Amino acid sequence: MMFRQVNPAMKLSRWTGSERSHRPRIFPCLLLLVVATCLPVHAADTPLKFDDPAQELRYQSLLSELRCLVCQNQSLADSHADLAQDLREEVHGMMAQGKGNDEILAFMVQRYGDFVLYRPPVRSGTWILWFGPFVLLLIAVTAAVRFSRGRNRGTAQVLSEAERDRLQKLLLPPTDGNS
Amino acid sequence: MSRYLIPLLVFIALVGLFAIGLRMDPRRVPSPFIGKPAPAFDLPQLHAPGQRLTQEILRGRPVLLNVWASWCVECRHEHGLLLQLARQQQVPIYGLNYKDPRADALRWLEEFGNPYVISAVDEEGGVGIDYGVYGVPETFVVDAAGIIRYKHIGALTEKAVNETILPLLNSGKGSSERSGP
Repeated sequence: MMFRQVNPAMKLSRWTGSERSHRPRIFPCLLLLVVATCLPVHAADTPLKFDDPAQELRYQSLLSELRCLVCQNQSLADSHADLAQDLREEVHGMMAQGKGNDEILAFMVQRYGDFVLYRPPVRSGTWILWFGPFVLLLIAVTAAVRFSRGRNRGTAQVLSEAERDRLQKLLLPPTDGNS
Repeated sequence: MSRYLIPLLVFIALVGLFAIGLRMDPRRVPSPFIGKPAPAFDLPQLHAPGQRLTQEILRGRPVLLNVWASWCVECRHEHGLLLQLARQQQVPIYGLNYKDPRADALRWLEEFGNPYVISAVDEEGGVGIDYGVYGVPETFVVDAAGIIRYKHIGALTEKAVNETILPLLNSGKGSSERSGP
């Protein structure tokens, strides 16, 4: 008979308590969703493999260093764009020919510019990219320090003798009667 | 009043930065080919599969090299402009038919008109990679010495043709005679 009672606590406990049957249905769905969104991350459209695990590792790390120019926020490893597939084949082919990482990256830069690299070289043109965040951090820290110092000094100066007395009176419980 | 002035200045600076950022198009990646010779290629011609087309054809006078495909919707938007340029004989236009089955390409040109002196067939897209093509259409301005002067990404617009490409072609005519590496 307690269950028929309408009270807010009961409503809250519905999902955890009496009607347990809801949970098992939702949880597998969520799990499926999570798994489904994780799977395609490294699924190249036509997987190109190396027999040698070290080569495979090198191949994957090269691909993750290179930007896909079609979907610019994806690496060649992640992108499903047609061009990404072609470039994966290109990288695969060059590695099979025994070309080194530097050669392969140079091949890409020659065609697509530094933009194709997720870690562009430090040059005068990329200084703002490499050092800008540190400059901003420095400015932010300086500003924060100055701001907090200024505030502390400000509060210290605010209270005069008379004000302090008044504060004491307000804070301390009245000793002589009311009012 | 610097208490209010500094945040205001920071805010204005940020708005300025964002305004600049919004005007920049991340798709326009500067081409590393500007000022460099057009990369070599050797491809079959679209209308005469037995004959080849090489980068040599781009030399001698300023030309446009237009990367196109029948599956490319944007290409239709610029097609009228290309036809107009070809009709007015302002500049010879060569086509690079990118990753396109020959039959589709031929049918497309029949339907919409053919602005190209010759189109080369890059069915595998390998020459596209050598030219740093990462989307169709793209248009290269190649000067008389075979040097790439400009690359337009996306469909050509009247503005781009009149303000950038035609002036470049006209200046190229003069300078290419003087220079020559």
